[in-house]
Amino acid sequence: MLVSVYRYNPETDDAPYMQDIHIDIPGGKDIMVLDLLHLLKEKDTSLGYRRSCREGVCGSDGMNMNGKNGLACITPLSAVVVDDKLVIRPLPGLPVIRDVVVDMSQFYKQYEKIKPFLINDTPAPTMERLQSPAERAELDGLYECILCACCTTACPSFWWNPDKFIGPSGLLQAYRFLADSRDTATHERLSELDDPFSVFRCHGIMNCVSVCPKGLNPTKAIGKIRNMLLQQAT
Amino acid sequence: MNELRTLTFDAIVVGGGGAGMRAALQLAQSGLNTACVTKVFPTRSHTVSAQGGITCAIASADPDDDWRWHMYDTVKGSDYIGDQDAIEYMCSVGPQAVFELDHMGLPFSRTETGRIYQRPFGGQSKGPDNPTQAARTCAAADRTGHALLHTLYQANLKAGTTFLNEWFAVDLVKNEDGAVVGCIAICIETGETVYIKAKATVLATGGAGRIFASTTNALINTGDGMGMSLRAGVPAQDMEMWQFHPTGIAGAGTLVTEGCRGEGGYLINKDGERFMERYAPNSKDLAGRDVVARSMILEILGGRGCGPNGDYVYLKLDHLGEEVLLSRLPGICELSKTFAHADPVKEPIPVVPTCHYQMGGVATNIGGQALFPDKDGGHTIIDGLFACGEVACVSVHGANRLGGNSLLDLVVFGRAAGIQIEKQMREGYEAKDASEADIQRAMTRLNRLNGSSEGTAVAEVRKELQATMQLYFGVFRDGESMQKGLKLLGEIREKVENLYLDDKSHAFNTARIEALELQNLMEVAEATAIAAEVRKESRGAHARNDFADRDDENWLCHSVFFPADKTVGKRAVNFAPKTVEPFPPKIRTY
Amino acid sequence: MVTSITSFGRSGLYDWMVQRVTAVVLLAYTIFMIGYLLFNSDMDYMQWKSLFECTSMRIFTLLALLSMAAHAWIGLWSVTTDYIKPTGLRFVVQSGCGLLTFIYVVWGIQILWSV
Repeated sequence: MLVSVYRYNPETDDAPYMQDIHIDIPGGKDIMVLDLLHLLKEKDTSLGYRRSCREGVCGSDGMNMNGKNGLACITPLSAVVVDDKLVIRPLPGLPVIRDVVVDMSQFYKQYEKIKPFLINDTPAPTMERLQSPAERAELDGLYECILCACCTTACPSFWWNPDKFIGPSGLLQAYRFLADSRDTATHERLSELDDPFSVFRCHGIMNCVSVCPKGLNPTKAIGKIRNMLLQQAT
Repeated sequence: MNELRTLTFDAIVVGGGGAGMRAALQLAQSGLNTACVTKVFPTRSHTVSAQGGITCAIASADPDDDWRWHMYDTVKGSDYIGDQDAIEYMCSVGPQAVFELDHMGLPFSRTETGRIYQRPFGGQSKGPDNPTQAARTCAAADRTGHALLHTLYQANLKAGTTFLNEWFAVDLVKNEDGAVVGCIAICIETGETVYIKAKATVLATGGAGRIFASTTNALINTGDGMGMSLRAGVPAQDMEMWQFHPTGIAGAGTLVTEGCRGEGGYLINKDGERFMERYAPNSKDLAGRDVVARSMILEILGGRGCGPNGDYVYLKLDHLGEEVLLSRLPGICELSKTFAHADPVKEPIPVVPTCHYQMGGVATNIGGQALFPDKDGGHTIIDGLFACGEVACVSVHGANRLGGNSLLDLVVFGRAAGIQIEKQMREGYEAKDASEADIQRAMTRLNRLNGSSEGTAVAEVRKELQATMQLYFGVFRDGESMQKGLKLLGEIREKVENLYLDDKSHAFNTARIEALELQNLMEVAEATAIAAEVRKESRGAHARNDFADRDDENWLCHSVFFPADKTVGKRAVNFAPKTVEPFPPKIRTY
Repeated sequence: MVTSITSFGRSGLYDWMVQRVTAVVLLAYTIFMIGYLLFNSDMDYMQWKSLFECTSMRIFTLLALLSMAAHAWIGLWSVTTDYIKPTGLRFVVQSGCGLLTFIYVVWGIQILWSV
């Protein structure tokens, strides 16, 4: 098959370029894209990419494969290769450090902005804070986010306003804390979000939903934040 | 040689997993100038892959639960070479550490009364006289590690911890007194090498499961802390003890939590027989992990394995019903579909024992202070060096870790190391500055690699190392074959000393990092192999065909690998808990 | 919180709400006009004139006109902040849009009451 990989080494390349590599998959097996990258790296050790858990829970290897963001380690070739060709690019919308490694500072900054930690100023009990199964169920579909940035970097609103729009991942996390019955900072959290950019740059394009490797739905969470803002203001 | 830039902190934590971040949190909250040096962004650490839960007697599932029962289980699980003072500390402080996690926001699953949900896990009883299966593992569905790691990162953001993300620690720097005063580290993004100066250095680098070809461990689990400490001359304890998790997905190696069996799943052979009933009549599929793993291998060797090559067994879950599977084990359903092409709701998962956890490591006391065991069975404390989590050997796991005890180990001893450092700093601990020569000594390895002009390629040697360890030092070991393995490791060692780094660029050079990681793997593999050959008995995870029985007369002790002359010594196990009577060794049955 | 002094209501929620409400008004006006034209396909100038001489129609039309202005301003403000990054240029374009909107509103009112 033909693999076309985005290459850029800031020390030697004036500009990024696409490198075409023909490769035979041993045994013709349906391997994961990450395994394919390992094969490429054995031949050319200078190829740079991030990886860690190789099972889709650490969120290191988000990249753009044949035009769609996803995790290389849980994307089998059969799911992305078209006409025996695979184009691998870094996640769009973030500065490239090298090859498919992007600078994720902007993404993390937006995450930090929503105060991604439980706030509860009442004295903690000597045991856990009680939470009913129904209250806990509110966190399902939110806490599972792995911060891979596939959603946020697929979002046009984030491309245009990476410094002002929180992005789907950050907003999913914002709602994760708004929805937690143990958190008492609802009012402050909502006040921080009530500007024209942080939440309201979401135009419901739903690229985030279509690419999330964990099957989460940031658009729905954003809708819920909007409803909470509305309730607080009326 | 240009002088390196120096970054100065009171304390540094090397590793951003559960143990590292718990230690960093404690230090940041105490107001010490702390940095967490981590080679991946913290939430990408291997703790994220822990699934089943954190075992702790919080008395939710059973209001009468007692941490002493948990202690007994842990001592028995360790096959009696876990230090009982440390186990006592872990089990008794555990509940507080777990409640702290809840207060930080960890989204634990809940019971109807609103308390933390606890599920049954292997090796859990209700005390020495009551083998009834207990349910003591606190869970956040089957994503407890993920939830814990993210919660700890979030708590660190709240506390304002300094993170040096994507910085790789190369080697420890020791001053003229032999005290550890920081480390050499590379900023991966820019390639800059710096000296990070600190009065306290905490190793929290996790395990080194990547020494084996088949492992549940992440690609980053390369024993960097062990490599650093061994090169610094620090002996390693119980390195022959490697846990093989019964249920890694055959072929892929990805973990399937013991919680599956806790929720009622069980293993079957090709005849559909629930074979664990034969090996562990009482606990069945929830016997100790070492017992289950060995039973599976015996089934496979006995020709009762499943699949075209008969080289795995099945984990049956479909009888639990879709609702239970999707609410309690959603991550497993996802993983199984991706890596085994099997939907657990409808069909069993092909599983095989897979390297999972390093019980051995840097010997420490309860406060995480690294110990230097000597050859006479005594030890001294190494100033400035601490360890916690999988890289450390306190030892709470002894020869076999119980499921759910690793996450407890992380938070309890990460926290304890932080508390100990805070105390020492308050008491005015000082260390002499490292001289330029001290720093250059720690740069030796990196300098050689950067100057290499020919030699062997990393990927090739790594494969060879992993295959050798897998073949000669796996679930069952044998003196003769281990001798053969050791000889091969000697040859591999030569290649590792002579690695060739063809890409010497600076920006995000992963080739350089992989070469440094391979050198760390080599150190760990060698310590493992030598210690395994020397321990002439079978205990816990260390099972020998030529010495099939436990030998309490000679081997009821820790092994200590001395890197200086590559010999193995012994160190006494602690049988003196402070508040309870010690548990004497008994025949271990499940 | 991200601050912005040029947005319509200076609050994301307010802008969002205004955009939804004005959209409803515009929809109602559109449906009414289409319906009216369909039911009166043989309409002449006098009938058209008498429709707009009616006060309620003038109020409805004025409402639609103001809704159109607000809706357009919020929309164009979003578009300009997305695509025009140099502050000076964006301010000029936004001012142009504002001025144009104002002219259309005044002009619209003039037409409406001159009928």
